[in-house]
Amino acid sequence: MDAMPKWVDLALIPLINLALALLVSGLVVLWIGENPVEALKILVQGSVGSAYGWGYTLYYATNFIFTGLAVAVAFHARLFNIGGEGQAALGGLGVALVCIAVPWPHWALALPVAVVAGALFGAAWAAIPAWLQARRGSHIVITTIMFNFIASAILVYLLVGPLKAPGMAPETAAFPPGAALPTAHDIVPWLGFRPSAPLNISFLLALAACVGVWALIWRTRLGYEIRAYGHSEDAAVYAGIHPTRIIMAAMLISGALAGLMAVNAVMGEAERLVIDSVQGAGFVGIAVALMGRSHPFGVFLAALLFGMLYQGGAELEFEIPAISREMIVVIQALVILFTGALDNMVRMPVARFFAARKRAAA
Amino acid sequence: MMDYTTFLQIFDSSLRLATPLLLACLAGLFSERSGVFDIGLEGKMLAAAFFSAAFAYVSGSVWMGLAAGCAASMVLALIHGLASITFRGNQLISGVAINFLAAGLTVLIAQNWFGQGGRTPALVGAARFQPVQLPFAEALGQIPVLGPLYSQVLSGHTALVYVALLAVPASWYVLFRTRFGLRLRAVGENPAAVDTAGVSVTGLRFAAVLICGLLCGLAGAYLSTGLSANFVKDMSAGRGFIALAALIFAKWRPWQALGACVLFGLLEALGNRYQNLQIAGMDVPVQLMQALPYVLTVVILAGFVGKAIPPRAGGEPYVKER
Repeated sequence: MDAMPKWVDLALIPLINLALALLVSGLVVLWIGENPVEALKILVQGSVGSAYGWGYTLYYATNFIFTGLAVAVAFHARLFNIGGEGQAALGGLGVALVCIAVPWPHWALALPVAVVAGALFGAAWAAIPAWLQARRGSHIVITTIMFNFIASAILVYLLVGPLKAPGMAPETAAFPPGAALPTAHDIVPWLGFRPSAPLNISFLLALAACVGVWALIWRTRLGYEIRAYGHSEDAAVYAGIHPTRIIMAAMLISGALAGLMAVNAVMGEAERLVIDSVQGAGFVGIAVALMGRSHPFGVFLAALLFGMLYQGGAELEFEIPAISREMIVVIQALVILFTGALDNMVRMPVARFFAARKRAAA
Repeated sequence: MMDYTTFLQIFDSSLRLATPLLLACLAGLFSERSGVFDIGLEGKMLAAAFFSAAFAYVSGSVWMGLAAGCAASMVLALIHGLASITFRGNQLISGVAINFLAAGLTVLIAQNWFGQGGRTPALVGAARFQPVQLPFAEALGQIPVLGPLYSQVLSGHTALVYVALLAVPASWYVLFRTRFGLRLRAVGENPAAVDTAGVSVTGLRFAAVLICGLLCGLAGAYLSTGLSANFVKDMSAGRGFIALAALIFAKWRPWQALGACVLFGLLEALGNRYQNLQIAGMDVPVQLMQALPYVLTVVILAGFVGKAIPPRAGGEPYVKER
């Protein structure tokens, strides 16, 4: 493996994986009797071909940056946090509670409080599986899956019961106007964003989170310990790193990041808490973290790609009704399959190729 | 307190609702006992549910549907095997991918073939599983108390319910009384030892994964051709994960799996019947009933009530020493 140049590991292999995933997706489109090239054109045009498209693409990307970073931080400690969905749902609850509780005069006051609430609720929902993993050895993948379902049950209970606003829909009352975050239309009107575009100031928060995670993982003692623990638990323990502390820290940060997604989706877009406010973004985070090789910059690029897929996919369904929205789920599945599970299928031959070249050169 | 007729009805529907859980749970049992974690039970069930309904509708025969459903589920199982055994990928990530693949492809193909918003047309007559009357159901039903238990609860289900019930002793026999089962369990605990004995780890694990695919296929076929009469989007509705929970609850043992699945089936049946259940003067919301299988599993996993210890080599790809 050492024979591989770094760029092969970081860029070439992910790109081959992505190309394979897109190739198979193209075959699926072909199989249902549509033109994949045409579909790709509509997808790209619909997502990044206009300010209107960007307004949605970047909104989706904001969600995926948060959930992707959440999965990535846990990956560094070799923990698979599959519970982003539940943590983001609970984050939504936290954000909704503070937004409703106070008649906010201005968003600048509401935002920091909502950030803290979303992060706290998300972290709290990750805390129990983390503690069970650290102290009781309960497999975190299973417990976080179970917690997704428990979170969903709790939110349904609250939204048809105690938190339900008058009316038919199972949702909370609308947040006060003072809690409305500035949208892209408000901040940069000259770029042509429409008032209806959901992109809002949370995007900047997501970018800050990328920088923050990068600094945490590669520039702090805790980040070093998380990485050390992820590489080798035994070596980390030998070096005096306490596993419980690392598992708890990594999972709390991970849960908090997932919870922050709600600032964008609940506070920035819906402006009320609805049933299933996460809409699968927690799971997209898995694909994003895998594609982004758990690096914040990679996560950013992958989130952008998935943002394009989600927005472009909506346009695609509009233009070619035979290709329903589920095509996005298929592409997402193939990306996870090829970049995550079948990684060795590409990696082994590529590694052999570079090893042979090195031998030939020597 | 509920009367006896209500009790019989609830027990009857518990058994029906436990069936897909039980088949999927036994599927997971084979896979995980061989050391291959499978969180893709859900996806395999969903794929089988769709292909069963689609082929049963087109051919008019539920058996054709069953075959197609099992085939689809086994193809997904092979992908899981390829990723996690051959290419030594992460088994959990592969499972996640398979769940999404099934969730997306089933609706996409359903829309393409039938154009009904991602569902299949309703199945009628021979395209569905019909209830089977067990022998002497009429006569034995006359016996007080125990009679109706046989004629109303045990009798009158579709064939796959009985297949599921018979699969429990069959799985126990295969896993604990045959050489194949011994090796399969060994490969989940200590693959190196099995390899040293000259038995193929890869072969055993692929066999286990394929059995898992077959059983998930039965579970999915039951959903769309036994329990309901067509396929609808996301119709597995988390049952694959409840089955996974039941597997942990049962600590990876077949008879206990039966108990766990009937318990979880009972919870679902109660939740369906009573929107609000009163226990000891307290209102119990239906969402609590829905969440209970997951909560119980976490408690069991936490080891506060008897520790659940998974097969030792579970989740680890086997690398032959060179």
